[in-house]
Amino acid sequence: MLRFLFNKIALIVPTLIGITICAFGFVRLLPGDPILALAGEHGVTPERYEALKVQFGFDRPIWDQYFAYVGGLLHGDFGTSIETHRPVIQIFMTLFPATLELSICAVIFAIVLGIPAGMFAATRRGTAVDQGLMGTALVGYSMPIFWWGLLLIIFFSGYLHWTPVSGRIDVRYFFKPVTGFMLIDSLLSGQKGAFQSVVSHLILPTIVLGTVPLAVIARQTRSAMLEVLSEDYVRTARAKGLRDARVIGIHALRNALIPVVTTIGLQVGALLAGAILTETIFAWPGVGKWLVDGIFKRDYVVVQSGLLLIALLVMAVNLIVDVLYAVINPRIRVQ
Amino acid sequence: MKLMKTLLTAAALAAMLGGSAYAKTLVYCSEASPANFDPGTTTGGNDYDAGSRTVYNRLVEFKHGSTEVEPGLADSWEISPDGLTYTFHLHPGVKFQTTDYFTPTRDLNADDVIFSFMRQQDDKSPWFTYLPNLSYDYYVGMDMPKYTKEWKKIDDLTVQLTLTEPNAPMLANMAMDFASIMSKEYADKLAASGNMADLASKPVGTGPFTFVDYQLDSTIRYKANPDYFKGKEKIDDLIFQITPDATTRLQKVQSGECDVMAYPNPADVPAIKADTNLNVFSQAGLNVAYMSYNTTQPPFDKPEVRHALNAAIDKDALIKAIFQDAGAIPADNLIPPTMWSWNKDVKSDAYDPDGAKKVLAANNVTKIDLWASDISRPYNPNFQRAAELIQADWAKVGVTANIITEEWTKYRADGKAKDRPGAFQIGWSGDNGDPDNFFATLFSCSAIGVSNYSSWCNKDFENDIQKAKTTSDVAERTKYYEDAQVIFAKDAPAFLFDHSQVYVVTDKKVSGFVQDPLGMHRFDGVDVTE
Repeated sequence: MLRFLFNKIALIVPTLIGITICAFGFVRLLPGDPILALAGEHGVTPERYEALKVQFGFDRPIWDQYFAYVGGLLHGDFGTSIETHRPVIQIFMTLFPATLELSICAVIFAIVLGIPAGMFAATRRGTAVDQGLMGTALVGYSMPIFWWGLLLIIFFSGYLHWTPVSGRIDVRYFFKPVTGFMLIDSLLSGQKGAFQSVVSHLILPTIVLGTVPLAVIARQTRSAMLEVLSEDYVRTARAKGLRDARVIGIHALRNALIPVVTTIGLQVGALLAGAILTETIFAWPGVGKWLVDGIFKRDYVVVQSGLLLIALLVMAVNLIVDVLYAVINPRIRVQ
Repeated sequence: MKLMKTLLTAAALAAMLGGSAYAKTLVYCSEASPANFDPGTTTGGNDYDAGSRTVYNRLVEFKHGSTEVEPGLADSWEISPDGLTYTFHLHPGVKFQTTDYFTPTRDLNADDVIFSFMRQQDDKSPWFTYLPNLSYDYYVGMDMPKYTKEWKKIDDLTVQLTLTEPNAPMLANMAMDFASIMSKEYADKLAASGNMADLASKPVGTGPFTFVDYQLDSTIRYKANPDYFKGKEKIDDLIFQITPDATTRLQKVQSGECDVMAYPNPADVPAIKADTNLNVFSQAGLNVAYMSYNTTQPPFDKPEVRHALNAAIDKDALIKAIFQDAGAIPADNLIPPTMWSWNKDVKSDAYDPDGAKKVLAANNVTKIDLWASDISRPYNPNFQRAAELIQADWAKVGVTANIITEEWTKYRADGKAKDRPGAFQIGWSGDNGDPDNFFATLFSCSAIGVSNYSSWCNKDFENDIQKAKTTSDVAERTKYYEDAQVIFAKDAPAFLFDHSQVYVVTDKKVSGFVQDPLGMHRFDGVDVTE
């Protein structure tokens, strides 16, 4: 197991180097530049432009800028935002809990509904229930997040007034963040009604962000389940006279979950992509929205370091999934 | 002791509950997060809404709802006859805000004023570089380093600015956000404790609201400043809830989660007007959209070609298509009709495709590059669509337009090249309500290569706008600017498109809100019925 872990971690190093090159190069390939973006419609004189280029270090050769960036990273310095002048790592740590909290809720929502839906469809293969569930999953998978989010807001918040429109908590509640996770902080604050307010604010963004993973998990569970259900050991279990619930719930599900766990891991990347749109619609103060703002403002430092930090997290989650996978399926370790 | 503790706790709780029961709160749904709370370092309208108009005052202020300058921290001022010396007399007894992180020990004085400007002027000052990669863009953009010769303290309540050359818009500059007056005492304390960066995140000013807290990208909280020198505000708490999407903002104001919202989608305006719970404020914005012809490049070097191209465009249809029913007025002059010195006698080229066709054919104009960016601006929400409509109009007069689309910052960089070919769509939102901010910024000879996208340098026009700069007599300045507008219309260095309407939506329970022509969202004087 240790060797397995070591191999996986060793693979991360070249990936990380690749990501620093991509993130650094990608933002510089975009048309436009941060000095003009900062100057606004006023524009800058050519002399001032040159002076600012020197001040920001953009006059140095590109490889020199890259090594300075990597050198900073090795010292734990992710740089300072060109627009806000604040350290990128500090902004990231402030915003990331909001994204993480929403993502966790979305994953839980997707798992809690997706796995039973997939199992249910698999056990009723070919029936109207199966087709209905899988058809709905396909619709969910194809739904544009922006449209889906606004639709839910207009219906549930605007028309029915069941849920708040946006934000993380009602503005009447005010307390300093302790963990950054609003569900926990609202409980710690001891303010009556704060926790309920946080939950009600989480409902719509969770549904919106969780819809695509829910559809993917449901479809994956169904196909994995169908495969497992045709295995000999399932037939044997049934022949032994075990009840259907036990055969499906214990024997089949456990084996069917292996590819599902991988799918969930892979969805983390998709979740972060979805978070960008979800956060914008629901005014959710997370890293997705921050990164997009950084791209629009050509804040090179925010984009290159923000991308790197997110890539690090995705890699960490994938590593955890690989380990989990190895725990569930010992054959992987041997391979 | 235990009893004492219980009693104190009960009293504190009662005070808190009592406070919250009567606290009047106004929630404003803003469109973006502020970059920081130091108005000298920022350039966006959302930055100033959050970090300037709430917390700070300036020596002079824009009168609520107008671009007229009125006394601010300075009760009065004198300008020397040669226009070189400005002497400001400060209001006595102005208190800086008391916050969790700073308690002032003295009132506002001339040192604060000098500090507020010199930190942006003097590159030797530690405050010139107190944030990483800092640049005081607006201060530089308004040419303050060039015009400022000296700031001098005459006494505690009198401060004098000497200019290097006369500059009439200087007084209006003093009302702009970069000219916000900060506490030198607070800055000194931060410098001594090594926390200089706090100046941009924990502001202390003299303004109507005291900063309480900012939760990044989410919520900004202020409370009414009890010591405000113009009297405490009617609302107790002011909350900015940052909501980037316009549809979400509208839903929030409709569901009562917000009391005021910025920038509704123009397409939603008719529906908002039909909502009996909401008030819609609209005003011709202090802006202009136009299309610059590069007057140094053929065929635009001939005024008759420029006029013909203008006359080939059905301006009314263009505005209707771009703004739907949300409103924008056709522009006849570079400055909008709400600005002083607007010349009502000047009319832009009338729609005349037949006449235009003849002139263009005679000049052999068949192909033109037409520039469009992928961005939406208040004065032109859809450059691309506008380009397509102009392309269709020009096709009717035998001119094929090749649309060039670029990303916004690259677009502007390429657009200002002196040898840029073609017609270039652009626009402007005013900074300080002074006509100079339009005429000189956009079409002076010195702005060629910076923001004069027509590369147009007309001696008579230049003469007018430079003379208007050197006198502070408004009547005299008006005459110069009126004449400049006649010259502009005659020479047509650009096609003037529109001045767009700017909207603000408030809940009906909000009273006292006044829309600002400069596009700011101010909450001093606003009340809310609970």
